[in-house]
Amino acid sequence: MAKWSMVIDLDKCVACQGCSIACRFENNTPVVSPEEAALGRSILWNEVFPLRSEGEAAIASAQAKFLTRPCMHCEDPPCIKVCPVGATYKDDEGIVRQNYARCIGCRFCTVACPYGVRYFNWYEPSWEEGMDTHLNPDRVAGRGDLEGPAIRPKGVVEKCTFCIHRHHKAIARAEAEGREFRNSDYTPACVQTCTAKARFFGDFDDPNSTVSRLSQSRRAFRLLDEAGTSPKVIYLHEG
Amino acid sequence: MLKADQKDKDKLIKPLFETGRTYWVTIAILLAIIGWALYMYYRQLTLGMKVTGMQRPVYWGVYMVNFIFFIGISHAGTLISAILRVTGAEWRRPITRVAEAITAFALIVGSLQIIIDMGRPDRLLSVILNGRLQSPILWDVLSVTAYFLGSITYLYLPVIPDAALLRDNLPPYSPAWRKRLYSIMALGWRGNRTQWIRLEKAIAVMAVLIIPIAVSVHTIISWILATTVQPGWHSTIFGPYFVVGAIFSGIGALFIAMTIVRWKLKLEEYITEKQYNNLGLIFITMSAVWMYFTYAEHMIITAGQEVYEFPVLTSKLWGDYAVSFWVMVALMVVSFWIMVIPRLISKTAKRFLVFQPRFTTGAVLLAVVTGYYLVTDSTIPGLSGINPETLFFLVRGSLLVELLFVGLGVAKWFKTRLVAATTVAGVMVVIGMWLERWNIIIPTMTHPYLVSWAEYHPTITEVALTAGSVALFIFMFLVFFKLFPIISIWEVAEGRVIDAERAKVTIPMPEASGIKERLRGKGIRKARG
Ligand code: SF4
Ligand code: SF4
Repeated sequence: MAKWSMVIDLDKCVACQGCSIACRFENNTPVVSPEEAALGRSILWNEVFPLRSEGEAAIASAQAKFLTRPCMHCEDPPCIKVCPVGATYKDDEGIVRQNYARCIGCRFCTVACPYGVRYFNWYEPSWEEGMDTHLNPDRVAGRGDLEGPAIRPKGVVEKCTFCIHRHHKAIARAEAEGREFRNSDYTPACVQTCTAKARFFGDFDDPNSTVSRLSQSRRAFRLLDEAGTSPKVIYLHEG
Repeated sequence: MLKADQKDKDKLIKPLFETGRTYWVTIAILLAIIGWALYMYYRQLTLGMKVTGMQRPVYWGVYMVNFIFFIGISHAGTLISAILRVTGAEWRRPITRVAEAITAFALIVGSLQIIIDMGRPDRLLSVILNGRLQSPILWDVLSVTAYFLGSITYLYLPVIPDAALLRDNLPPYSPAWRKRLYSIMALGWRGNRTQWIRLEKAIAVMAVLIIPIAVSVHTIISWILATTVQPGWHSTIFGPYFVVGAIFSGIGALFIAMTIVRWKLKLEEYITEKQYNNLGLIFITMSAVWMYFTYAEHMIITAGQEVYEFPVLTSKLWGDYAVSFWVMVALMVVSFWIMVIPRLISKTAKRFLVFQPRFTTGAVLLAVVTGYYLVTDSTIPGLSGINPETLFFLVRGSLLVELLFVGLGVAKWFKTRLVAATTVAGVMVVIGMWLERWNIIIPTMTHPYLVSWAEYHPTITEVALTAGSVALFIFMFLVFFKLFPIISIWEVAEGRVIDAERAKVTIPMPEASGIKERLRGKGIRKARG
């Protein structure tokens, strides 16, 4: 059983936001109008944003530090603990998933997640003309299940799933080709697209995988380690 | 056939069957507000939560504040009247019904806030079908449900003898459905010995049971916040802090309800100063404990060196939320003052200059002038030579002294007006406690860990739904007390019997003769003075 994990090298990251865009098209995240975006209602499963730095220091360095941030897929996720209906859960391979069909929209998980990676659908998602006919048709759906790029109804929470549908597809393809599933078959869209090749993805339990080796680097750190969430997204320090 | 006292008949039963114009006008206004709120809620349902001021990261706003506030108010009744019953406080009799009604209705309105706040209210049942017991929301559902069922029972049990009384004492012009209603509600109550014993037993059991449930309710609500790691929420003090705040605001609401009822139905003979005084003492205690908790909570954050918690604190002390924070503090301090200081000064305080109206008026004028200089920051004629730092303390210090004098004058005025003082304090605390919930939720939500700091401004939808909730609360209150007597008739009657019995007991006089003898033995003829 793999334990999926991601490493992001901040030294290589150029903050081009390619990952955000790739994620958006892969996962059908709705587009919001500029007015709603100004109100803080935009949905970016993988957000690239400048880190908060205190007044003087920010001006002195004249250089904002950027962070690209998917869901951390915490080993000990606060979001799952608080959900009253089990709409968000960790699967066998450590991916923290989100079931739109069950979520009641209480927004407890959005409050509990220290990383702010969860987004609420404040209204019915919509796309501009032309875009709405080019949505990703992939779905992870079943009785009482609706996950992945499936179109979200209004009033539910959504978040990065490590492109869970790609995982399912990779397994199905391997099966169809009559071979074993290899870990390299599965890559999330942001990792695939990253211009600077700053993102790595793989099995954390495999000591020879890139993510395992990189996580041993002296530059490795986890975001908000003090929150006790044990993130499975590991960053490598700049410089 | 049960008989009611003539006084109770006139004062408590008659108003149930005679409805004035004001009543209908009030009902109409309330219904209009509720209608407006319903329309706004319908809009929220169809358009989505975007009609609120919430966004990322402020995922919880006014609805959550209202939720905690109303559930807090609900601690007025059952908890207080249960404690008073268990401890055998006789003076509770005339106010238990009002208190218990506040509980039941505040709970209904409070739970409604959660449904209003949900993105998918249509999936409400999922909480039961797919409920995860590990989630604090489930704990909350369980304890609030238990509290609601308990307090409804607790409200209903003492209504039984009164319903029977009403059934037997209906005025001739009352409509037939009311007789049927009371007959059903009375459950065949005849007032015989077995029935009384059973009823008293049931009430006694409920009174004991309801206390831990009530404590659990607000503790768990605080845990909804405290079980997250958000800056400023992860605190063990939250449980007791919320419970104390809840009882505190509950008594405040009870004071307001008591005064309105007493004034509208002219119940001065029933709800006397004694109720105000005794409940006031509990209120003062709660106020002191609340202030202690508030201080402790903020004090520890000040010393905690927590980089993420500190911005939350500063936003309250002098940032975006300074106004709501300091208004809350001021309301609490002033309400404490007008409850405590009038009790401390003597009746003859008028002899002293500081308590005389002209002195107070002078202090008010001076305070206004000083306040003006402080706010506008203009130079004070004649004082331009003073070093600005001295002036800074001089102006603030003199304002403080002036306000102190105003306070003393006001306290003197309230000295002889217990009901007014208590009611004003009640209003202040109810507003103050709403602000307290706001000050706990919003500053933390706007200052999260990673997401950039945000602002939150409630929209008209949220205002409408808040107004509608308050209106619904008052509406239920009015309707209920059109059907049932506002004062538990049988409990008051029982109190009268107990009082009469007590009056028969004679307390032996101290032996005066012995003293005389002893004095004579010492050669003194007559005791002086
Ligand atoms: S980053 Fe947030 S949403 Fe993702 S697993 Fe951790 S707590 Fe949950
Ligand atoms: S918003 Fe949905 S996923 Fe989040 S805690 Fe509530 S029900 Fe669970």
